[in-house]
Amino acid sequence: MIDTLNLTRKFGDLTAVDGLTLQVDEGEIFGFLGPNGAGKTTTVRMLSCLISKTSGEASLAGYQVDDPEDSLKIRKIIGLLPENVGLYDALSAYDNLDFYGRLYECPEARRRENIEHFLKMLGLWDKRDVSAGQFSKGMKQKLAIARALIHDPKVLFLDEPTANLDPESAKTVRDFILQLKKEKKTTIFLNTHNLDEAQRVCDQIGIFNGKLMALGTPAELEESVWGNKTVVQVEKVTDAILSALDKLPLKSMVVDEGRLTIDVTEADKENPAIVDAIVGAGGKIQYVTRLSSTLEDAYLKFVRQEK
Amino acid sequence: MKLNKSWIIAGKDFKIFRKKKRILYALIILPLLLSVGLPLFLISTLESADPGEVAIILNAFSFFYIILAYILPNSLAAYSILGEKIEHSLEPLLATPLTDGELLLGKMIASFLPCVAMIYLGSVIFMALSDVTTGTLYFPNWTMAFILIIAVPLASILSIQLNIIISSRVNDVRTANQLGLLLFIPFIAVYILLTTNMVSLNILNLLIVSAVLLIIDVALFYVNKATFNRDKILTKWK
Repeated sequence: MIDTLNLTRKFGDLTAVDGLTLQVDEGEIFGFLGPNGAGKTTTVRMLSCLISKTSGEASLAGYQVDDPEDSLKIRKIIGLLPENVGLYDALSAYDNLDFYGRLYECPEARRRENIEHFLKMLGLWDKRDVSAGQFSKGMKQKLAIARALIHDPKVLFLDEPTANLDPESAKTVRDFILQLKKEKKTTIFLNTHNLDEAQRVCDQIGIFNGKLMALGTPAELEESVWGNKTVVQVEKVTDAILSALDKLPLKSMVVDEGRLTIDVTEADKENPAIVDAIVGAGGKIQYVTRLSSTLEDAYLKFVRQEK
Repeated sequence: MKLNKSWIIAGKDFKIFRKKKRILYALIILPLLLSVGLPLFLISTLESADPGEVAIILNAFSFFYIILAYILPNSLAAYSILGEKIEHSLEPLLATPLTDGELLLGKMIASFLPCVAMIYLGSVIFMALSDVTTGTLYFPNWTMAFILIIAVPLASILSIQLNIIISSRVNDVRTANQLGLLLFIPFIAVYILLTTNMVSLNILNLLIVSAVLLIIDVALFYVNKATFNRDKILTKWK
């Protein structure tokens, strides 16, 4: 659904986005993780046909972002929640959504249905006649999400959707994103620096800091920090245990007093054999655990790498 | 270019203007003050002036409506673009399938219609009060009809387009207003020529003024379209 090849944007001497190549499939939630100023918003703006690219290629649903005719077609099928929500404070919640629905040429019946549907889903239906200016930050954020969805877009760009929200509102938004994927198969491009959020909702994550530092599923990225390691704590490491483990096709092993840290490829197959070998050699196992790294470890590792 | 999209933009702006008291007062007060004030001023000059002088004064007063057509859209047009800028609503708006022409035309309609409607209402009051004050049926006449039907819309469009250009380059409504008002000096110069009777307000002169306004209006529309740069708006506007 979204394809980029060496997508680059420069502002004078500053390269905000450097050679970004990625592919986001239809119905996928793609998390674009990176620190402030990493170029995430610039990327979304290029993909939404709001600003031009300096070089490279980018397309959505087969339409090229830099083709003027395709650009209008792209803008018909995307929804955008920008960093600044940009609601009309003087207009009611209903009028804000109705205005955008009309600009997207939604038939009146579908417009009304969608306004009611999304406002109810986000808990704002009772406030539909209240001016957006009277809304709290969280309510504005939810209203802006409803605005981005009013025309049933195929691709939804969310730029920091839960930034500055209280935990309850953030959870409502996260649940809503998952519900959208489930019910409408919307492709979602999620800009965030909230690692927990990315881990909970994203199918694929790109860690970005000017250029793409890593790309994969949350599990793959976690694994990329430490690899797949099993830790076995035994009462005492004996020669018999080491000799028994030597006979197994293990990639590597580090012994630290009673702690064996073993590199495994397929933990579910290799771990039982490791345990059997140690027990068979008379070892007393105190515990067996997987050496786990988090998405945070992966994030920090990659963003700290030289650009 | 789809006209209905421009109307949607204009309709949204009308709703916002109705809720912004400052804009609403600016729109109502000036035409009413002028339309009631000018005939009142006339009363004080009636005793010393002969009918010929009264006709010159009324002619010059009629030209005020062209000046008003330039001044009145100032705050509306400046707010129209700057309001979007201040509320950060341009980014989601530009992400919709809306062309630059549709957006600019919508913004022009939003400022144009309320201003021209108020000028027409004010001019009816002015003409009625002037006729009552002088005791002659001076209005309506062809000059005033030409002013209202041709010159007022053209002057309004000029003001709106200049304001759109100015407001896309400054960051607050007041600065945009002040810069916009600076550009009405040529209108004042014409007014002075009229009151000193160096130029008369006849149909030929009005045709010349209107032709100049029309040429500038058309040129400015293309300038606006060509200089409305989404990239710059989103990356340079603070």
